[in-house]
Order: sequence, then C-alpha cells, then structure tokens
Amino acid sequence: MSAAMTGTVAAERPTSTFQTFLSRRAGMMPTFAALIILVLLFVGAEAFLRGDFITPGNISALLLDNAYLVILAVGMTFVILTAGIDLSVGSVMAFTGILGAQLLARGVPAWLAIVTMLAGGAVIGLLIGTLVQYFSVQPFIASLAGLFLARGLAYVVSLSSIKVENTGVLWLQTNRIRVGDWYITPTGLIALLTVAVAAFVLHLTRFGRTIYAIGGNEQSARLMGLDVGRTKVAAYVISGFCGGLSGLVLTAYSGAGYPRNGIGTELDAIAAVVIGGTLLTGGRGYVLGSLVGVFVYGTIKTIISFMGAEQSWMQIIIGALLLLFIVVQRAIVARSEQRR
Amino acid sequence: MRIWRHRLFWPSAALVVLVAVNAIARPQFLRITLQDGELYGALIDILRNSAPLMLVALGMTIVIATRGIDLSVGAVMAVSGAVALTIIDGSGDPGATGTVLVAVVVALLVSLVLGAWNGFLVSALGIQPIVATLVLMLAGRGVALLITGGFITTVNSAPLAYIASGYLTVLPFAFIISVVVITALGLVERRTALGVLTEAVGINPEASRLAGVRSRGIIWGAYMVSGVLAGLAGIIYASNIKAADANAAGFLIELYAILAVVLGGTSLAGGKFSIAGTVIGVLIIQTLDSTILFLGVPSAQSPVFFAFVVVAVVIAQSPRTRNALRALGGARRPRAAASVQDRPKVEVAS
Repeated sequence: MSAAMTGTVAAERPTSTFQTFLSRRAGMMPTFAALIILVLLFVGAEAFLRGDFITPGNISALLLDNAYLVILAVGMTFVILTAGIDLSVGSVMAFTGILGAQLLARGVPAWLAIVTMLAGGAVIGLLIGTLVQYFSVQPFIASLAGLFLARGLAYVVSLSSIKVENTGVLWLQTNRIRVGDWYITPTGLIALLTVAVAAFVLHLTRFGRTIYAIGGNEQSARLMGLDVGRTKVAAYVISGFCGGLSGLVLTAYSGAGYPRNGIGTELDAIAAVVIGGTLLTGGRGYVLGSLVGVFVYGTIKTIISFMGAEQSWMQIIIGALLLLFIVVQRAIVARSEQRR
Repeated sequence: MRIWRHRLFWPSAALVVLVAVNAIARPQFLRITLQDGELYGALIDILRNSAPLMLVALGMTIVIATRGIDLSVGAVMAVSGAVALTIIDGSGDPGATGTVLVAVVVALLVSLVLGAWNGFLVSALGIQPIVATLVLMLAGRGVALLITGGFITTVNSAPLAYIASGYLTVLPFAFIISVVVITALGLVERRTALGVLTEAVGINPEASRLAGVRSRGIIWGAYMVSGVLAGLAGIIYASNIKAADANAAGFLIELYAILAVVLGGTSLAGGKFSIAGTVIGVLIIQTLDSTILFLGVPSAQSPVFFAFVVVAVVIAQSPRTRNALRALGGARRPRAAASVQDRPKVEVAS
C-alpha cells in the first residue's frame, strides 16, 4: 500500500529529482538497499566491537575468504538473469576441486590440471544447458541432475581429501601483494577480475544484452530474432565454468581437494545473488550487486565469529535477510506492474 | 487399449524392471519370512525405510500440483524431530506413552505453523515458491540447532522407538503410517472436488480465481499439508536413529522428494498430479538405493546413479523425444501416428 502512495506522490511532483531517480531506477533499488545494509553492518560492527572491525586486514580477509563464493555468485547471476536457476554449482566446485587435486597428485602439470578443472565445470554446465534448452527440462530439475552427477563424481575421484603440494597452485593463495596494511592474493584478483569481465559482458556486449532480453521476456527475445537457444545454453556453461574456477580458488585457499566441500554452497550463492538485488524472475539485476551480496553474507559471517555466537544464528540471520529482500523486491515488482 | 500410453505405465515398468534385476542378482531379495508374527525381508525393509521419503513426497506432490515447490521440508523435519525429542528428553518419564504422544502432537503443530508460514509467503504475499521456501530451508536448521542447543539430543524411549521400528500386527508401523496417509490423501483429493480444484489452481491460477475457486486457500492448505507430513517424517526419522540430529535430519530429502514426484509423472509445471505415481516414484528411489548398496558401491557415490536416472527420465518425458519417437513410429506404422481426433476413424477402418 505504501508503494502505491509513493507512486502517486511521484506523479504529483515530477520536478523532484530524487523522486524521478527513484521511479526511473526502481530496478536498482534492491542493489542500493544491499549496499546500505552492508554499510550499516560495517558501522554497526565497528561501534559494537569498539573499533576493532574496520581494519585493512579484516576487509582484505573478507575478499579472500569469500573469493570462491564471489565467483559462484557471478556465474549464478548469469543463469538467474535468464530466469533460470543452477543448483549444481556447489557440487561442481567440489568435483573440480578434488579432480584438480587428484591430477596434481598424479604428477600432471599444473596448467593442464587447471584447464581440465575449468573444462570439467563447463561440460557439466553444457549438460544442464542442453537439457534446459533442447529437452525443455525445468532448470531446477536439470541442475538437480547436475548436482547429483557432480557430487557423485567427486566421490568417484576420491572418497577422502587430497593434499595439494604443487607450488604453482598454492602460489595463488600464498603470494600476498601488500599495499600498506592491505593485501590481496591472486585468488582475490581472480574473483575481482571475474566480476569485472562479467559486468563488461553483461552490459556492453550483444550476448549480455540478449541475456537480459531473455529474462525480460523470452518470447519477445525470440521474435526479435535474438539467438535465445545458444545464449541460454551459454549462461549455464558460464555458470559451470565459474564452478570450475571457484573449485580452483577453493583448492588453492584450503590447500587440498575435499569431496564434501561446498554442500549447500549453491544456496549461499543464490542467497547472495538475491540479496544483491537480482530478481529470480529474471531480467533484472547486476553482477556488482551479487558482489555486494557476497560481502553482506561474508560480513555477517565475520561478525558472528567475532561475537563468538553460535553458528546456528548465521543460518537464521541469512534466512531473515533473504526474507527481507524478497519482500522488498516483491513490493518493487508490484509497483512497477501497477505503473503499466 | 494401449496400455503403454497410460501415464503410470513407464514408472511402473521401471519399478518392475528394478525389482526383477534385484531378484535375479540376489534370489533372497524376494524372500519374506514370518518370525513371531512379524514379516521380515529385503522388500519389507524397503517399505519401512521409504516411510519418511513417502510422506515428504506426498506433501510435495500436492504443493507441486498448485504450481509451487517446497524446499523447506528437510528443515521442517529437523525442527520437528528437535521439538519432539527435546520435549521427551525434558520430561520426567521419557518411556511413558503419554509423553511421546504429547511430544508428537506438539511437533506436528509446530510443523503445521511452519507450513502455514510458507503458505502465507506464497499465497498472501505472492512470493515465488522457490524463494519463499528457501528462507525456511536456510533458517530452519538454525532454529533446530537452537532448540537442541547445538547438540544431538539422544533419547531412550520405547514408545518413540516403536514409531520407526515397531510392528503393528504383521507389518512395520512406519509402513502402516505411509499407507494411512496415502489412503487419506487419496480419498480427500480424489473422492472430493479438492483434487480437481487443486489441479485447476495449478493449471491457471488466475482463471481458476475468476471462476470462483478460492485459490489462495487451496495453495495455503497445500503448504500446510506439506509441513505436517514433513513433520511426521521428521518424527519417524528421529525415532529411527533415536536422536534429533539437526544437521543430518532430512538432508537433501527435498531433492529426492521432488525427484520421486517427477518420476511418478507429475509435471513440475503444476496442474495434473498423481498420488499413485508419487508412491511408485518413492519405491523406485528406495529400491534403487537398496540396489546400489547391494552392488557394494560406496553410498557417497550413489548420486551418480541418481543423476543418470534423472537425465534418462526427463529426456524420456521431454516433448522433443516424444515427437521424435512418434515420428519414428509413424514412419513404420502410419496409423499409430494418427492424432487424437483421427483415432476413432482409424479404429473403424481397421
């Protein structure tokens, strides 16, 4: 009801630049809201923990600890923008991670192991995309098959964890580039680079705009002559590829491959994407928002471990935040439907 | 009649083939023995162990029929088990039937509330079912952990253990629970108008609302049924391991339940649903599970088998494959390709 009221106010006073901005950029609001929540979290934690929270070390660690989730969320954003969903990413991460660790343990050169990991993720993505596009399987079920496949294959590769000794892969994590008290590792750089490339592709290429068009209205996109089929499959391939990349990053981060990694991580990734303002109905959202979503997620995790609270609160708070965001999004969608 | 055109034909055939393969590979599979008036055997084990998945999948069938999905069932199982066992653990007399009854009723009421919460988000606020139930899926296990205080509550109570491992006359009590629920759901959905109304809501929510169907109430009710059945499944699970494990209870069960529903021929797009199909789907999954175990494959690797089953089933169900098969059949026997309207004519001609 309040959404309808602000709508009429905006119509009466179109001169207010703020109101115009609000109505024109309604789709950006959830992302802004996520940004505001992130700032509030930082300020709140800083005040609550007496100035121990906002330190260069902590913020650098935030990116470092969540690099794998950033990459997964980027891939997930592509899929969700096409109004799909990819449940397989957590398992793909585990599968490619253990596969890479096994290959390295067998003495395969690092470059070949890395290429195999990325290709392995992309192939599972291709399988899901093919099922979705050419066999009209719902994304939920197709990616569920991908989840089972990748999780089972991870255990087929190895039932226990495999330590990584390869210096080339470990270098990705151990090499810290320092600027004062700030630091970043190659894994963090990979995550940021993934976000940058994804933002470029989504906003400035024909392929990216096709993704948005499909999410907006697949039928219209097809009638416009856009290559819907290939683009949709590509979205899942990208998500699978990102799963492979995050498998690499996680393997470097933890120094080992472990088949039980990433159970439930797909839900964290979806939650981060939704908190970051991407609508699950597709067509609206920003990859930068997903980055913010991951940071919100990571910050809550850090705060909870700082406070020494029980891990169960993490799940409850993430659930509550998710609820808050989907209600806000629902209000925005309802408002823009009213406008038409 | 073309029996293979019946929608339950392929799921039933898959189940029969699976049982036949087992029976050939290990003859003792089909053997059922009677000891002290109680039945034992591999088939009985499958029926008993399938109870939690059966209940969850039945609730999921109703939700999916309304064009929804309920991801929170595993979390609801965890909460329900945690509530029940905490009550029994905290009471003075864990072995009393009255205590267990109270605990079960309270746990079911809590599950009903959780289901109503999902229904509220979906039907009143109009949030997408996947996201709406994702909230509880993420938060529910946290709540269950809070209830048990972060520990695995273990309880030694004979009436509680009876729920999962006891026998009522010759059959396992857990299996009797499934049968009662299947029968009740079948009667309510198929002997009253409710089933038709549910399908109407799933096929076109807007049109059914305009036609005077109270779609909001039907959707809400579907999630409440799903919640209660998940709660009951949680109690059976907790009774089976005699403990409330907030992390392991109902882990991944939402995915297996959805798989069972799809295997049974109910489309995830909503609308027409089949309770018998879901029952067959659950039995396929449970038999496959038992087969994989028998083959000596580490249970951790079993998802690979399920992946192939899912892929095979969805490809078989996809319109593209159906069209291709029809074209193939048509090339060989032109009459078989006749459309529905032509069929009577063809039969007259032959």
